[in-house]
Amino acid sequence: MIEHPKKVVILGSGALKIGEAGEFDYSGAQAIKALKQEGIETILINPNIATIQTSDHLADRVYFLPVNPDFVERVIEREKPDGLLLSFGGQTALNCGLALEKRGVLAKHNVRVLGTPVEAIRDTEDRELFVRRLDKLGVPSPRSRACTTLEEALATAEELGYPVMARAAFALGGLGSGVCRDKAQLTERAHKALALSPQLLVEEYLEGWKEIEYEVVRDAADNCITVCNMENLDPLGIHTGESIVVAPSQTLTNREYHMLREVAIRVVRDLGIVGECNIQYALDPKSERYRVIEVNARLSRSSALASKATGYPLAFVAAKLALGYSLHEIPNAITKVTTAFFEPALDYIVVKVPRWDLRKFRHAVRRIGSSMKSVGEVMAIGRTFEEAMQKALRMIEVGAMGLYANSGFGSEDLATDLAEPTEERIFSVVEALDQGWTVDRIHALTHIDRWFLHKIAGVVRLGQRLRAAEELDAPLLREAKRMGFADRQLARMRSGDEDAIRALRTAHGIHPVLRQIDTLAAEYPARTNYLYFSYHGLEDEAAASPQRSILILGSGAYRIGSSVEFDWCAVNAAMTLRKAGFNTVMLNCNPETVSTDYDESDMLVFDELSLETIAEIFRTLRVEGAIVSMGGQTPNNLALKLHRAGFRILGTAPESIDRAENRLRFSALLDELGVDQPEWAQLADGAEAKLFANKIGYPVLVRPSYVLSGSAMAVASNDAEFERFIGRAAAVSREYPVVISKFFDNAKEIEFDGVAQDGEIVEYAFCEHVENAGVHSGDATLVLPPQRIYLETMRVVLETARKIAAALRINGPFNIQFLARKNFIKVIECNLRASRSFPFVSKVANRNFIDTATRVIMGERVAPATRPFFDLPYVAVKAPHFSFLRLEGADPALGVEMTSTGEVACFGDNFYEAFLKSLIAVGYRFPIKSILISSGDIASKAELLESMKAFADLGIQFYATMGSALFLIENGFSATALHWPMETKKPNTIDYIREKKIDLVINIPKNYQDDELTNDYLIRRAAVDFGVPLLTNRQLVRRLAEALTYIKPDQMQIRSWNEYTSRVAGDTAPAPSRGHRPAGAIS
Amino acid sequence: MSNTPAPKRAPRPPAELVLANGMRFSGESFGAPASRAGEIVFNTGMVGYPEALTDPSYRGQILALTYPLQGNYGMQGGSEGALRSVGMESDRIQASGLVVADYAEDFSHWSAGRSLGEWLASEGVPAITGVDTRALTRVIRQHGTMLGKIIVAGADVPYYDPDADNLVAQVSAGAPEEFGSGTWRIVVVDCGCKENIVRNLAERGLRVKRVPWDYDFTQEKPDGFVMSNGPGDPTMARPTIERLREVLRGDTPVMGICLGHQLMALALGAKTYKLKFGHRGQNQPVRRTTDGRCFITSQNHSFAVDEKTLPQDWEPLFTNLNDGTNEGMRHASGTKFSVQFHPEAAPGPVDTATLFDEFLAKVQA
Repeated sequence: MIEHPKKVVILGSGALKIGEAGEFDYSGAQAIKALKQEGIETILINPNIATIQTSDHLADRVYFLPVNPDFVERVIEREKPDGLLLSFGGQTALNCGLALEKRGVLAKHNVRVLGTPVEAIRDTEDRELFVRRLDKLGVPSPRSRACTTLEEALATAEELGYPVMARAAFALGGLGSGVCRDKAQLTERAHKALALSPQLLVEEYLEGWKEIEYEVVRDAADNCITVCNMENLDPLGIHTGESIVVAPSQTLTNREYHMLREVAIRVVRDLGIVGECNIQYALDPKSERYRVIEVNARLSRSSALASKATGYPLAFVAAKLALGYSLHEIPNAITKVTTAFFEPALDYIVVKVPRWDLRKFRHAVRRIGSSMKSVGEVMAIGRTFEEAMQKALRMIEVGAMGLYANSGFGSEDLATDLAEPTEERIFSVVEALDQGWTVDRIHALTHIDRWFLHKIAGVVRLGQRLRAAEELDAPLLREAKRMGFADRQLARMRSGDEDAIRALRTAHGIHPVLRQIDTLAAEYPARTNYLYFSYHGLEDEAAASPQRSILILGSGAYRIGSSVEFDWCAVNAAMTLRKAGFNTVMLNCNPETVSTDYDESDMLVFDELSLETIAEIFRTLRVEGAIVSMGGQTPNNLALKLHRAGFRILGTAPESIDRAENRLRFSALLDELGVDQPEWAQLADGAEAKLFANKIGYPVLVRPSYVLSGSAMAVASNDAEFERFIGRAAAVSREYPVVISKFFDNAKEIEFDGVAQDGEIVEYAFCEHVENAGVHSGDATLVLPPQRIYLETMRVVLETARKIAAALRINGPFNIQFLARKNFIKVIECNLRASRSFPFVSKVANRNFIDTATRVIMGERVAPATRPFFDLPYVAVKAPHFSFLRLEGADPALGVEMTSTGEVACFGDNFYEAFLKSLIAVGYRFPIKSILISSGDIASKAELLESMKAFADLGIQFYATMGSALFLIENGFSATALHWPMETKKPNTIDYIREKKIDLVINIPKNYQDDELTNDYLIRRAAVDFGVPLLTNRQLVRRLAEALTYIKPDQMQIRSWNEYTSRVAGDTAPAPSRGHRPAGAIS
Repeated sequence: MSNTPAPKRAPRPPAELVLANGMRFSGESFGAPASRAGEIVFNTGMVGYPEALTDPSYRGQILALTYPLQGNYGMQGGSEGALRSVGMESDRIQASGLVVADYAEDFSHWSAGRSLGEWLASEGVPAITGVDTRALTRVIRQHGTMLGKIIVAGADVPYYDPDADNLVAQVSAGAPEEFGSGTWRIVVVDCGCKENIVRNLAERGLRVKRVPWDYDFTQEKPDGFVMSNGPGDPTMARPTIERLREVLRGDTPVMGICLGHQLMALALGAKTYKLKFGHRGQNQPVRRTTDGRCFITSQNHSFAVDEKTLPQDWEPLFTNLNDGTNEGMRHASGTKFSVQFHPEAAPGPVDTATLFDEFLAKVQA
């Protein structure tokens, strides 16, 4: 056994992004727990402030700093750790670790990488080294060669055999890629591709091959197991993050299953992995031929899924193995009587379905393929594929009822939608089956294994019977429930309502049973309550606790606008409840979360966030009530439904929630309270809407009904634009009205986060948006304490919040968004739930708002907080992270629709330090030596002059588009003019971006959103595609110019979170007004 | 609306699984339309129903699979050659019946020629789907293995206790048979031998003579003996044990697998006993006592060796990590060893196939 390290640095993954999301909060949190259990000091570097791993109860010290070699080295210098964990923070941590090793930092400071050695990581990351190792083992991998000439490409294809896949290297969005079935096709494609790109990759084309993954664990003593295997429903060609995935594999024979398992173990042993890794295969659907696609020598999205799918805590075990333990020395956390050296036997099937938000992005390409675009995922558990599959499709909350009885997913061209999938292909499969297409015909287009198609066909057949049946009698209802039909799905098919179906079900005694996940298929009793519901079963395996039980609703799938921050809230609520002696029941369906770790609550129900499921939880577990204010909008939306069905909602009354959520009612309330709001109207007629827009004056915000058009919100600046948006929303009608409201962009925006008890505010914080109004609050840069807001404005904001809290008798967390201009404020939104910024304000203020809110919800009297936010001796900035690189074609300009996928927050002695750190943490790179400027309309150009002066003083070289260059030169700057992208003339902006001659692109859009592929759009997109930092907001440009003027990179302080916050603790005098109303922010 | 033709298949007849303790599970029949009794056992493996069903060790037993989705990849076509095609561990389905939760009639696999149900029906073996196999497993876990029966369409049959019969005699080969080629000769004593044992030996260049359980193998002078797996209570195989005692006194290498391990223990004067519900699955963890290395093994046994009763010159070789029961033993000389699990896998993990290499080394030594 290796000697344990004394102090270990753990690298996190930073902001949530496409391809690197909540799963690394789970894995990092588990690693910290595993190390703490050994008495090892843990140091976490992760700027993602919304995560659970950055909570005060986990790591000994947290650094909210960028995970890059520069910052990490400085932390290492300071902390002098003897161990480093690289495999728990995704690719970000792994890349950072490899860079540190290469720079010699680890050797210099005597830091040992724990677990999988760096050489093994390198061998898996470097394609050439990897293939060489596989070759040596006699393990096949897909053959490919980078060719620079046509002759070379043709020779390679001859060697591989047609068809081959040809890909133009370094090309935008797979431009020039495609399948070539013969010499002629390859010749044509190679000609085109080699004109665009210096290289053409010619690959073996594994069309329709199955994609299979194994999660492998190995200890330092060479004991090795596979914890789980998974099969992608979507065959090779669709990224595994974009695929529907089942666990365990369904269509593999014993020989195939164990052949791939044996290869996995052989490869992992040879690589020398210590801990956990993932191996991906392609398997021929017509023989036992296979290829190893890749090995991820770290915890991954798949390993998080495998952990939740099996109950085997992969990250926790991997951390123990990194310390030198052997697998059999680690107890099985579920049975407590067996060890971690075993392979889970499942007696259920798990289905993962990704969640996409592609419609939110202007111009984004909706076809899915070999790159990941999904932003979240759900996992459903059932005793049959049909049950789990239908659950999963409801869980992603895109409006689907399951496989059958959906509206809004119609395909206009089934054959194309099946063969060239979008994120909605599964619904096209159903539609085709419903229209009588054969399984074989669909298989030929999709290559989806017939087994899956047959199962789906069975659901469709039953759906047709359910529609046609005269009576929904007990046998038919039972059959439907077992095939995964939800009450509300049946209600839609039988034109009834959900309550009626539930009543019918209850009358027939048809209920699901609570099943345990025990890792050993019931061979040994489980000591842990990890549960799911199934309609296939005779008996419940969990019973109501003798303690008072409280149900907490989690967030469901991560998506744009609802992400890890709500998991933090749910987990913290559970912690407070457990401490207070309640039996906590967590309900969630998102495998990327910490809330779905079965040790975070007393009972975990991994199932749908739906009325039906919650009703069954009330019935079986006899919970007292449900907390709906922690998991974001999904649980919040259930409040009124649950309440009306007779289930108790804890905290703010559902009536009040409805009053805040219902636009008409909330507006009336504000009028009653004398609180101003932007003018708005809900209109059922296009012409009326236009009249109203003219009455309040452009610009206006247009919100079409989502169901109807699927199109996003938009800002119209004139009649022409207005007509275009309304036109796109097809028919505006009474059923699908449009909401028009006055749009402000020259106002400040303020977030007010608070906790109230019986309508009295007991805790609150203001955050200021760095951007002016008009940028979605989820995409805005937030600063705490506020920097540029008048005291009077804050006084009015606080007073208004007090009025609203009192009027709605808020009991729990809430958030209000304000617009402010010259001390006049308007309320734009109010949510009677925890908001996105709760972890941020809680961690910056070092006051846990969720703990307070939970205690309030449970009826505990809480003394109002007394300390205002102004005496924080530091500033924190929260910055959004965008994943545009992954979203082919999407316009990266900020607007009214949220498009960021994650966030970070950093601390500083002042705004500028915190701001710069947070920019670095989301990928901005400094120093900047050259900027490409296209600075928008004349007002915008003028506003940026001061910043240009600052940049020029810093010695930054300017490139600009024609108009901007002229403006700069007229104002005494030197600037090089470049041609617009659509002009083919040189020197061209795009060339300069591509050739990395530009360090920062400033592109201020002239419109609120470009609906056409304009020059500006092409510049922004090129910046994203070639990895050049981009700013599209004037305020951000100005703050950056100031920051670079005042702060030098080496002046950025390396301080841990508690070093900042303890400065507060140090000067806290006993509060004289304790127990009374807060003194207020303006005292 | 749709124009999909209604499914053409006939409704399945009702079936019931009845346990000796009176519990009844209702479902539908998908195998042979015949009722059958036996001992109910559960297996937690997630793949490999053809291998399991044809494993002679299941003789007399009704096999309940804890993994709910079964039949997915159908069953490959007929058998061929002396050693049957992969997937078949003997020439027929050995289990008395099959119990599953969710049978897939619509199978999908390149190698499949028929459905699991068709195959079962063709061999006269009943099967039931729609059973809450998890509830069933919990009952067996709590009360131990018990007798039971699958009743199709109400046709009752009496209970049957396989332990009362000499099952080895039922499944063992009728006459000696030879496989493979090579200089080194191995005698496999077939007590219900899985074909993959023979395949593993033949693949390693060994000439294999498979002899019936009651064959006088003491007259053979091979380079090594393999005592095969098999069904039921090991004490039933008296003649085999007697002859084995003589073999074990000599220096010829011996490898025992599963029942073979138990027979060797009995021949050495040690004791065996019946486990509460046995080990059946592909995820059984064992630890080698000599070096602490751990392995995932395939297992299928009700009886176990009481290692406290082993003679002095024999020592435990493997221990089950879950419950501490004996999983293997070896002689001080190193030439003779046996394991409770299945290094030949089929179904299951192939991690311990290296034991055949070790045996080969001893044979060639």
